[in-house]
Amino acid sequence: MTDEAMMDDEMDGEEGVIKKFLYVNRKAPYGTIYALESLEVVLIATAFDQDVSLVFIDDGVYQLIKGQNTEGIGVKNFSPTYRALEMYDVEKLYVSKDSMAERGLTEDDLIVPVEVLDNDQMKTLMEEQDVILSF
Amino acid sequence: MLHIVNKSPFERNSLETCLSLAMDNSTILLIEDAVYAAMQGGKFSDKMASAAEQCSVYVLAPDLQARGMPDEKIISGIKTVDYSGFVDLVADNKNVQSWL
Repeated sequence: MTDEAMMDDEMDGEEGVIKKFLYVNRKAPYGTIYALESLEVVLIATAFDQDVSLVFIDDGVYQLIKGQNTEGIGVKNFSPTYRALEMYDVEKLYVSKDSMAERGLTEDDLIVPVEVLDNDQMKTLMEEQDVILSF
Repeated sequence: MLHIVNKSPFERNSLETCLSLAMDNSTILLIEDAVYAAMQGGKFSDKMASAAEQCSVYVLAPDLQARGMPDEKIISGIKTVDYSGFVDLVADNKNVQSWL
């Protein structure tokens, strides 16, 4: 490979393709490490300027509940981080309508603005993605 | 007998199995992710409300607070305990069954 060709290759690499990444969150916070780990990976991924969406399904909707206070259990309260995602250009947060209803929750119970999706909308969103990461 | 449940009823069937196998008048304590079962308006609320009539049902307050579950939305008949209340429950019961 000539020097010129190598340089072209590197240039292509740096330009990079923007892929659609979906993080699927299905676990309640604190009982397991999944919710926190997902958030960590999302924050790392923001450094790569990708098209990021987060969905919250099943017990994952509990991650977004307002008023979490973990003093009593001696664990870090990471729920304020969901509000900071906006600063990292992560603005697409979706929750499952069915999961909210099953738990008697409404959007008013959540710490961040979200879009509530029914199962058909959720299916479509998942189908559109290039990469799906499950937590 | 003290039954301790620590898993979300939406994720595991341990709470439902516990409820179906707990004797009347026994004591049930909800901790960690099981505290969601103590809240009104959910899929398991009716079942928990009737369990609270047959048994003494307690929920661990620090785990509720961590998860942002407000006291005023706890199913009536379910009582909150703190860590020392947890210890008392263990001490007051002849044996303990943990539903992992």
